[in-house]
Amino acid sequence: MLIRKRNPSDPKPSEITDRKSFHERRRFLQMSSVAAGAMLVPGWLVSEKAHAATKFQDVKPGPFGTDEKLTPYKDVTTYNNFYEFGTSKSDPSRYAGSLKTQPWSVVVEGEVAKPGRYQLEDLLKGRGLQDRIYRHRCVEAWSMVIPWVGFSLADLLKRFEPTSKAKYVEFTTLYNPKQMPGQRRAVLPWPYVEALRIDEAMNPLAILAVGLYGETLPNQNGAPLRLVVPWKYGFKSIKSIVKIRLTEQQPRTTWDAAAPNEYGFYANVNPHVDHPRWSQASERRIGSGSIFAPRIKTRMFNGYEKEVAQLYAGMDLRKNF
Amino acid sequence: MGRVDKLMTLRTLKISVFVLCLVPLSILLWDIYTANLGANPVEALLHRTGSWTLRFLVIVLAVTPIKRVSGWTWPLRLRRMLGLFAFFYACLHFLVYTLLDLQLDWSHVGADIVKRPYITVGFTALVLLLPLAVTSTNKMMRRLGRRWKKLHRLVYLIAVLGVVHFYWLVKADVREPLIYAGIVSALLGFRLLHYLRGRAPAPRLATNKSLPTDGG
Repeated sequence: MLIRKRNPSDPKPSEITDRKSFHERRRFLQMSSVAAGAMLVPGWLVSEKAHAATKFQDVKPGPFGTDEKLTPYKDVTTYNNFYEFGTSKSDPSRYAGSLKTQPWSVVVEGEVAKPGRYQLEDLLKGRGLQDRIYRHRCVEAWSMVIPWVGFSLADLLKRFEPTSKAKYVEFTTLYNPKQMPGQRRAVLPWPYVEALRIDEAMNPLAILAVGLYGETLPNQNGAPLRLVVPWKYGFKSIKSIVKIRLTEQQPRTTWDAAAPNEYGFYANVNPHVDHPRWSQASERRIGSGSIFAPRIKTRMFNGYEKEVAQLYAGMDLRKNF
Repeated sequence: MGRVDKLMTLRTLKISVFVLCLVPLSILLWDIYTANLGANPVEALLHRTGSWTLRFLVIVLAVTPIKRVSGWTWPLRLRRMLGLFAFFYACLHFLVYTLLDLQLDWSHVGADIVKRPYITVGFTALVLLLPLAVTSTNKMMRRLGRRWKKLHRLVYLIAVLGVVHFYWLVKADVREPLIYAGIVSALLGFRLLHYLRGRAPAPRLATNKSLPTDGG
């Protein structure tokens, strides 16, 4: 039987903050301290480009939140894989300043009733921007928690009226070696291409992001428009998108083309299917700053099993990795 | 110049190099203390200790070619210490991996060593360094005699394994491991060439024979 004697120093039940206000307060503090931090951090610590960011007005809180601690702005914007600017984690924040994100247009083509070249402003018109706090799991076994600003990919795709033949959505990153010096070397087959099955693209979790931490995306994070599919390894969330093509055939995606035995089309986060060279069972959460912080267990579909597991019902995820 | 003077110079040289070899460690410790290791500090520690192990292996392998080309003998006097520093940084690398990265989860360490080829290779290199470190004393050198030199040729294999370990863990950009591969190939190629020339029927003016051969 559980009878607990109250220790005089224990808080009275009336003094205990209820869970909801605790989390709301915590989130508010996190967001505000981060916003303040972003303003106070000296330029040389972040990067010049990160500071050109402007604050979004009218961003509404979105669904699928998490109570996990946000990864600090500085880490989110200085530890990046964006090979278009170099293969070291610090290269993107150093060199992405050369990317021109204005004006920006996106070509929409393939199996749609309304193809065309759309200006970014037109794409954003009437799209309610939302805060989406997502876990981000890199295939290299590190992870972050990032407050994106974005909108539903499904809503945008519907606007182009996909035909009945549209089975896949293919995205392409800008190819411009002058602005993206990393493209001068053939580390990967350029331009970078990623793709989703249409039902994956239509899942409410999938968003196109235009910002993070309430501000426009820094170039190194894929400005001005990037995909975020949080149940998949980070490389699926393609950056600086200039083309969206709807296709009947499964597109060949960049990492799959570069090393087909290591990176599949689906690339769903899966602790039971290891990368051929390293384990995917656990991950290192970026942002603790401590060298003694332990790894954390990787979750199936990066913890979004409830939202996306039905997309893969009956599929062998070992084969379709 | 007396014998004592010469001894003093060698001593000073040894101490200076010893201190120099500790500089990477000091910077590492300073960066830990000031939290200056970036977003992924454990990964940074792994990469830096690994890189320094490879660099020390390269330096050790460069000693004999440098001596043969320049005629200097003093690098030979430093070789043992440099080799032990390679071992020291390799141990730090392994310690960061087991203690900080995997938090002494030995079943994970074991699975990695068996299942992940790049870790198998890296671990093999570390294990092979052990007998070299253990037999690095004067006493062991005397005791092993000719066999000592043979045993210590293992360092060639260790350096190759080290480069393979690096090459296999890289995702797409293999430039840096390829640079190490190039340097190690050159240093080992130099020895092979020397060996082959030594075996060839001696030409009449066999100048290379006038230099004392050295197995290192």
